[in-house]
Amino acid sequence: MRQRQHRTYTRLTHPLVRDSRDEPFRQAGWEEALDRAARGLAAARGAFGMFSCARATNEMNYVAQKFARVVMGTNNVDSCNRTCHAPSVAGLSAAFGSGGGTSSYEEIEHTDVIVMWGSNARFAHPIFFQHVLKGIRNGARMYAVDPRRTSTAEWAESWLGLNVGTDIPMAHAIGREIIHAGLANQAFVERATTGFAEYRALVEPWTLSLAEKVTGVPARAIRELAHAYARAERAQLCWTLGITEHHNGTDNVRALINLSLLTGQVGRYGAGLQPLRGQNNVQGGGDMGAIPNRLPGFQDILDPGVRLKFESAWDTVIQPHYGLNLTEMFEAMEEGTLKAVYCIGENPAQSEADSEQAVRRLRALDFLVVQDIFLTRTAELADVVLPATAGWAETEGTTTNSERRVQRVRRAVTPPGAAREDIDIICGLAARLGHDWKYADAEAVWNELRSVSPDHYGMTYQRLAEQHGIQWPCPSTDRLEPPYLHGRLWERDPAERGAPAPFGLVRHDPPVDLTDEEYPLRLTTGRRLDSYNTGVQSGGYASPLRRGEYLELCPEDAERYGVVVGEEVRVSSRRGAVVAPVWIDPALRPGLAFMTMHFPDEVDTNQLTIEANCPIAGTAEFKASAIRIDKLPVATIVR
Amino acid sequence: MTVTPLGIPRRLLEFTIDGETARVPEGATILDACRAAGTDVPTLCEGDTLRPKNACRVCVVEVEGSRTLVPACSRRAEPGMVVRTGTERVRHSRRIVLELLASSVDLSTTPRVADWIKEYEAKPDRFGPGAARVDEEPRIDNELYVRDYGKCILCYKCVDACGDQWQNSFAISVAGRGFDARIAVEHDAPLTDSACVYCGNCVEVCPTGALSSKSEFDMRAAGTWDESRQTETTTVCAYCGVGCNLTLHVQDNEIVKVTSPHDNPVTHGNLCIKGRFGYQHVQNRG
Repeated sequence: MRQRQHRTYTRLTHPLVRDSRDEPFRQAGWEEALDRAARGLAAARGAFGMFSCARATNEMNYVAQKFARVVMGTNNVDSCNRTCHAPSVAGLSAAFGSGGGTSSYEEIEHTDVIVMWGSNARFAHPIFFQHVLKGIRNGARMYAVDPRRTSTAEWAESWLGLNVGTDIPMAHAIGREIIHAGLANQAFVERATTGFAEYRALVEPWTLSLAEKVTGVPARAIRELAHAYARAERAQLCWTLGITEHHNGTDNVRALINLSLLTGQVGRYGAGLQPLRGQNNVQGGGDMGAIPNRLPGFQDILDPGVRLKFESAWDTVIQPHYGLNLTEMFEAMEEGTLKAVYCIGENPAQSEADSEQAVRRLRALDFLVVQDIFLTRTAELADVVLPATAGWAETEGTTTNSERRVQRVRRAVTPPGAAREDIDIICGLAARLGHDWKYADAEAVWNELRSVSPDHYGMTYQRLAEQHGIQWPCPSTDRLEPPYLHGRLWERDPAERGAPAPFGLVRHDPPVDLTDEEYPLRLTTGRRLDSYNTGVQSGGYASPLRRGEYLELCPEDAERYGVVVGEEVRVSSRRGAVVAPVWIDPALRPGLAFMTMHFPDEVDTNQLTIEANCPIAGTAEFKASAIRIDKLPVATIVR
Repeated sequence: MTVTPLGIPRRLLEFTIDGETARVPEGATILDACRAAGTDVPTLCEGDTLRPKNACRVCVVEVEGSRTLVPACSRRAEPGMVVRTGTERVRHSRRIVLELLASSVDLSTTPRVADWIKEYEAKPDRFGPGAARVDEEPRIDNELYVRDYGKCILCYKCVDACGDQWQNSFAISVAGRGFDARIAVEHDAPLTDSACVYCGNCVEVCPTGALSSKSEFDMRAAGTWDESRQTETTTVCAYCGVGCNLTLHVQDNEIVKVTSPHDNPVTHGNLCIKGRFGYQHVQNRG
């Protein structure tokens, strides 16, 4: 095993400031740091963007978006949901008017068919997968759709190893097969959906044999999945970033939702759609309005009635248009129309696709404030760094999980040095910019949110503690709603049924970064069991499973390139090159390579990935880059 | 007013425990009924998140009409049953079980066992200094948790938690027979060469401290482990979107152990490697 150069991050304990970016940081008091931050932000009014934190509490996200909207007068607020599940939210809300997963974990234990699509939940969501395993033990059949034969796929009835970026052909072929086999739920389609005729015409060309050619999956296997899903009394369709991290992620999500509409596998106990979220509060961040197009409670900014409510609650004027999302904010930095950023708890210098470009753009800002618990690579670029508390262990508040369950987080340890709570810091800045907000504690923030968000109104802190968390919607303080969403679609009365769910008319569009003779390998990225995102947190403990970053290849490709385990090779894409050692994984197929993003300080995988973004949700195509590998010349000295 | 979901309605059935009438829902065990009635029944191999294994026999009670004593943890209550928990036959059986266990393994970190030994007047040393003991060195082969088989009572809870009841990793099982039986990974290899994924769900259910986190083991060895100075705070894990509840055990502002509430609907007491062991970053305080 090679020696790894591991970087351990230590906590920030004091504010850091500097007069120019060429200087080193110096420690400062809170007064000075906040004054400087306030001055820098005030100078950039009208050209400001807020990166909120999908890992901090709901309360912090509520205050952060309020800061952007009320203090800075902009809807330019977003978080790292953009790099993962924004397409799920966009797709689900386009179909059902609500961006949350429709089912609960418990339901998957009582379902008949489980489809895990682009999701290695066994590694990325291990405790959710325990519910899946309960379902399998209770007799459910599970199908895994994934380019890699993952440890999730090991539990499947059948593994459909499709080519990267061919999810829509696969979904359309399944849809066509269901229609042709007479397995569509016609009553549900007629009553609860629109656009079926167009959908039928759209999928008609996608015969099983064409799908086999495009996806690489045998027609027989696609047919089996189609029949199992359609015939099941209850079926769950779960997906993760294998669906969303594509340049057409929202289209992929729509293609999957179509299957649930076609078969009526939604809106009932045990039948639903479950996007598995990657951060502890990526669901809640969006729910709290820390996204450019929604106000707290997932209420649309374009709705004048909604705006009026918030304008009178906050005594402000809300811009009647959507703000820039994270991706657009980065583009605006390039154009020079976004001049200052307040970045809380995010590390875009390492988490964005095409990281060199992201760093260049952050450097071009007039002013950057970073609020974090560590001096991350992003913080190293800042003018002012504000030391914060760790949301999950050092503050009071709530977070919202993948099944829409709002749960209490509590302060267990005292933060180091002069670190302060996020809400406290934001309020300190707001006060300097003319808005004197007084929140006695996190519960006061929560109660303000409850007063403006009907979906959260019924969740008092006391009830959240009593009930082990409560799932939204929860409009009443004395009732609990069913654990699944959209039961209305099954109502007989059209008025109660409400708006029907439209089929998504989406077309296949292969990955932007095409493989060719020069870049013949398809690189896809993902998580490992013991590590997390850019590794700043997970690098802090000694996992016996961790072996650092490798370029994983299948045995056939390793033989073709004449490389062995541990040998360092140059990995290049059209954007950059890194040196990484080789690992051999028989779960990969010829032409497919795999890397993680957990060890950017060793191997910066995102120098290879492409910033080809979903036009609807703005998520980049992390899952499909074209690469080549070259053996290093014998004399090359690495690092 | 707050409404709590009650689940499927169950019929109540009536029987007697020590002469008192007990009413419990259908499907409840004798142990459930005893606990509801406030009768203390010692348990070791019983786990609230696991199916009864009937391995330790310390919870046995007398049921009228039954030839043998029955384990309270697994026997379901039936209408009209007559149960006695404090007869000499029950006390004698519990005493022997405690004597055999305490004479062969180290129960110093087993909660409440000292009270039971006193209550049942067990004398583990009556077998003399020559009594066979499982004296083994603790196995320290990774930085996350330690296996000290000198404390293992072979209750099988870790095997069940690792196997088909929760984790489905099947990294551990029972190797050997009779007195040589031990919990082990395949070929008794170090954990680092096994199928173990370090979720620590075995540590969560271990009743004797044979399995413990490395931090607890080290602090006990150094004499600094002090539960009276520890606080337990339940919060939510920060590693993915599943939302697992973590109970942080904190001593002197340091997280020293992480568990999960067994009645939590997300985790049922289970965690993954990141949730259970990945807390160090917050206390890298420089």
